[in-house]
Amino acid sequence: MSKYVIIGNSAAAIGCVEGIRQIDKKGDITLIASEPHHTYSRPLISYLLYGKTDEQRMKYRPNDFYKKNKVTKKLGETVVSIDKKNKTVTLKSGEVIGYEKLMVATGSNPFIPPMEGLDSVKNKFTFMTLDDAKALEKAISKNTRVLIVGAGLIGLKCVEGILDRVASVDVVDLANRVLPSILDETGSELVKKFLEKKGVRFYLNDSVEKFDKNKAILKSGKSVGYDVVVIAVGVRPNISLIKDIGGKCQRAIITNNKCETSIKDIYAAGDCTESIDCASGEYKVMALLPNAYMQGETAGINMAGGTKLYDNAILMNAIGFFGYHMITAGDYVGETYESLDGENYKKLFYKDNRLMGFIMIGDVMRAGIYTSLIKNKTDLNTIDFELIKEKPQLMAFSKKKRSEFLAK
Amino acid sequence: MKRIYVNEKWCLGCHLCEYYCAFANSGKDSMVKALKNVTINPRIRIEEHGGISFAVSCRHCEEPICTKSCITGALTVNDGVIQIDKDKCVGCYTCILTCPYGAIVPSDTGAIQKCELCINNSSGKPACVAGCPNKAIVFEEKE
Repeated sequence: MSKYVIIGNSAAAIGCVEGIRQIDKKGDITLIASEPHHTYSRPLISYLLYGKTDEQRMKYRPNDFYKKNKVTKKLGETVVSIDKKNKTVTLKSGEVIGYEKLMVATGSNPFIPPMEGLDSVKNKFTFMTLDDAKALEKAISKNTRVLIVGAGLIGLKCVEGILDRVASVDVVDLANRVLPSILDETGSELVKKFLEKKGVRFYLNDSVEKFDKNKAILKSGKSVGYDVVVIAVGVRPNISLIKDIGGKCQRAIITNNKCETSIKDIYAAGDCTESIDCASGEYKVMALLPNAYMQGETAGINMAGGTKLYDNAILMNAIGFFGYHMITAGDYVGETYESLDGENYKKLFYKDNRLMGFIMIGDVMRAGIYTSLIKNKTDLNTIDFELIKEKPQLMAFSKKKRSEFLAK
Repeated sequence: MKRIYVNEKWCLGCHLCEYYCAFANSGKDSMVKALKNVTINPRIRIEEHGGISFAVSCRHCEEPICTKSCITGALTVNDGVIQIDKDKCVGCYTCILTCPYGAIVPSDTGAIQKCELCINNSSGKPACVAGCPNKAIVFEEKE
């Protein structure tokens, strides 16, 4: 029996520990995770291969984190089921642990679509975990030709991680442009051109019809040789623990603004959840690390008897490739304002006197001022919109607001 | 906790705070070596428009969204001061995406940089405050 049981060991789970400890310094916390590692930042695996970090520095919290927070950790162990009536979880080993409050932060898993001949590919990888990255690293050398299936966030971060360490990188995607989840057409084209200059070859609006040992035949008829294949077409939220006991799920586990699931005393946070996006007002899977941490923290505070709402989540992203940065946020609807100057691109989306979303590529300075306009649903009539269009700046706010920001 | 506050009424727009900041964080022992023929990259920045000017630097928020959003754990709060571990930071710019004041900027090394109230440099106390000629930037406890 443990007062708090947390399933998971990444951003949402760590946020939950820190949330609980803000309120309850003593209550037992048991943290169970399938991966055997100390908590680490999954988005850093591409930086690990790129040489910008190492296994020590990519730890999400210091070595003494669990001890300092009095967390009993069970790493390398997997929860196979939850008994909501008796309030217990059962591990693969058969061990049963009771809980008063349960956090499900099970994340997501790479989705591998059925593809003909995939079994014939000797060296195939997904790119999600530390172990994935280390396995991929072992398989590549200066002579390796890599085929990446998927030109989204994961696929292109993988490109950055390995491009300088291999002979060639080819990227295939069904979509007709790169990063379609965060960029518009102009933005996608800028990033594609930039990466092509670095030597990446793209096959867009195309897909692998068949893998044949060391060669992929594409739908277009083209043929791409490879030594290693990376599948990065998308992820699936891990929802079975909650779904199996009748918890409300759509694509992911539905949570409210206290980060509760539909089942009493069970909370969920991070990539396995679906919650209200405050920009669009719709339920969305917002699988991004800041969101995971803040949901986890919110849940933790509520689990420990505090009161906290997380009601201003939005889709947002900061990503870059070889020093070319882009920051995006919100919902791409409404009227637009655009400016394009060489490799610097900006697009603002606004509707009903609110900033709904933005894309910044190249020059991303002070982007957070735009992000906060979206999150706070700021009435654009109360600021100088011409100044805000020009660049993110506090000057665009009223004198009173500026004083609140800086003098109080 | 003592924080930096700015009063735009007194700001002359002289940009001296930016120079004092850049010097304090340069690691150099003379202003000439630190600033002459150098494009400075300070952690405090003046905004100016239509006769109004004011300095912006980290507010050291009580509920800092930058630290909560940091994907590496490089941004932490220590005794109320938000600090960056540049060795851990990979320069993903998620903090730039989230800071509502636009107070976090890229450094010259790829990591980000931000105001740390000069606790980790040769100045030891906020150099922008000491160097402001008109007391438009103050370092004090409020409430």
